[in-house]
Amino acid sequence: MTAFVVRRLLLLPLVGLGVSGLIFLLLQFLTPAMRASLYIHDPKQLNALPDLIRKYHLDQPVYVQYWAWLVQVAHGDLGWSETAREPVADAIRGYFPATLELALYAFGFILVLGVWLGTQSAVHKDHVLDQVSRFTSISGASLPTFVWGLLLLMIFYGHFGWFPPGRLSLNADLYVRSGAFHPYTGLMTVDALLNGRLWLFWDAAKHLILPVATLTYYLTAVLVRITRSSMLETLRTDYVRTARAKGLAERVVVDKHARRNALIPVITLGSLLFVGLLSGVVITETVFNYPGIGQWGVEASQQLDIPAVTGFALIFAGLLVIGNLCADVMYAIVDPRIRLS
Amino acid sequence: MSAVHARPAALPAARRAKAVETGWQRTLRRFRSNPLSVLGAGLVAFFVVMALLAPFLAHPTERNPYMIPHSGYASDPRPPSPGHPFGTTEEQFDLFYGVVWGARTAFMVALSVVATAVAIALALGSVSGFYGGRADEIVMRVTDVFLAFPGLILTVVIVAVLGQSVRNAVIAIAVVEWPTYTRLLRGEFLRVRDMEYVQAARALGSGDLRVIARHMIPNAVYPLLILASLNMGGIVITFAALSFLGLGAPPGYADWGQLVSLSHNWIAGTAGDPFTYWYTLIVPGTAIFLFVLGWNLLGDAFRDIFDPRLQGSR
Repeated sequence: MTAFVVRRLLLLPLVGLGVSGLIFLLLQFLTPAMRASLYIHDPKQLNALPDLIRKYHLDQPVYVQYWAWLVQVAHGDLGWSETAREPVADAIRGYFPATLELALYAFGFILVLGVWLGTQSAVHKDHVLDQVSRFTSISGASLPTFVWGLLLLMIFYGHFGWFPPGRLSLNADLYVRSGAFHPYTGLMTVDALLNGRLWLFWDAAKHLILPVATLTYYLTAVLVRITRSSMLETLRTDYVRTARAKGLAERVVVDKHARRNALIPVITLGSLLFVGLLSGVVITETVFNYPGIGQWGVEASQQLDIPAVTGFALIFAGLLVIGNLCADVMYAIVDPRIRLS
Repeated sequence: MSAVHARPAALPAARRAKAVETGWQRTLRRFRSNPLSVLGAGLVAFFVVMALLAPFLAHPTERNPYMIPHSGYASDPRPPSPGHPFGTTEEQFDLFYGVVWGARTAFMVALSVVATAVAIALALGSVSGFYGGRADEIVMRVTDVFLAFPGLILTVVIVAVLGQSVRNAVIAIAVVEWPTYTRLLRGEFLRVRDMEYVQAARALGSGDLRVIARHMIPNAVYPLLILASLNMGGIVITFAALSFLGLGAPPGYADWGQLVSLSHNWIAGTAGDPFTYWYTLIVPGTAIFLFVLGWNLLGDAFRDIFDPRLQGSR
């Protein structure tokens, strides 16, 4: 087991090198002067451009530049983000908790709902629930996230006025910025509870419900399809028939025998879900004006804030690599055959 | 292999049938038997006709027919009226015109992306699968790197660097899509490489290029086309998402995602009536939904008919 994890971990720097290389290659579309100007954030520094080009080795061969850039990134120096008006590394630290909070809630709901619905529609194949979940998954795959999100916003914000966009309402935001509030984790709902402010928790939750619902609908569809087909295959196997023949209760057969094995392919495809979540977060945050990494990255892309875009790409690629690693390790834990081969 | 084993059992049944069913007839019969497939084909056909007849359905008045004409510059959307059957959106862009010409944009974008991805796959995937060894290793590691990115993030980054335009959005999406096509074609090449007819062609003295182009590609390309049909809807969604994020089509361009983004400011409606501006979202949203639904259903149908191995994954 350890050997497997270590082997996978050794691959990590290689993938990181490839991913950073790709981003670096993309940056080569910009001229040296343009890339040098990314390091300044004051017009007065303009005449320092030639110095900057030398300092960051922008007039050197590509491999020298790449190495210099890698060293710089490794030291956390990603440049200055014009959109966030602070260094990119600080901006990421500031925006990340909001995105993490959104993603964590969505991921929890997706897993529970997706696995439950997938199992149920496999067990009751072709019945009402199965038809409904199949219809939902087909329509969920065809309805773009942003149209769905805007629809929810129109109904639950425009009509009912229940769930406003943004992350906090004005007075809650003022309170959070005042000295009385201690941000422990950066996750607003958790911090509100740790500070013992129930009204703040409710305020943060109200802002989270619609974005989480948007992500959940869209991605549960994917998970239901995977779980359903895997479950259907498992229910046809001999050992499930044996379990039934032993006279076990149907619930035990489904929950203990079938589902545990049916979830193995679901874990591998879990990384697919993670990709969807990362892309979904970008759109959802823009729709709901939710101040996370995704919204910042999109704004930065519109305004040619290249250092921010680079940081945005690096952090998401890093998250995906880590997500894949987690899926691989979990796969190895639940399925011993993987470790041995 | 499974097809070879299945044949002896299938033959007598076919002989017993009154008229021998040709491949196309069988395909058509299987296709008709699923109402969802027919619905998908109908939706796609509807959009094909709409795209082809666009100049007659919505007469262009601007020099560039893809730019939606707008009467005046009033910022608030107007409801459907005789002159504007679907109403107008922000800045008086006509929604009907946008939806009709948006169908052309959708096909143009999706077909360009698929053509680019297939072309790259034919070049790299065939070399990779045919020669194997170091070339294969390099191509596969490069695809690994591209697949290590969440697709939408990579497209956003590429458009940010290249600049916002329809062409650059197409390039960005193609950059994200080609690895999947290349890997699929490589896999097919590995399967076909040792088949008897390829060995026969080699034994007759055909060069590598001739073997690849005349014997292997025609036998390996079909899964690519199935993937393409399954992929059409996804490409249009990605492009619409880019436009929605302000990174695809410019404002006023006949593109559904761009029209949806114009509705963003009008979601809450007016004080008394929250659904005042429903058409700004529902009209372009429905267009995207139906287009993508049509392709998803059609793609599923193609997969089930031409590639029964994949049926389990449904």
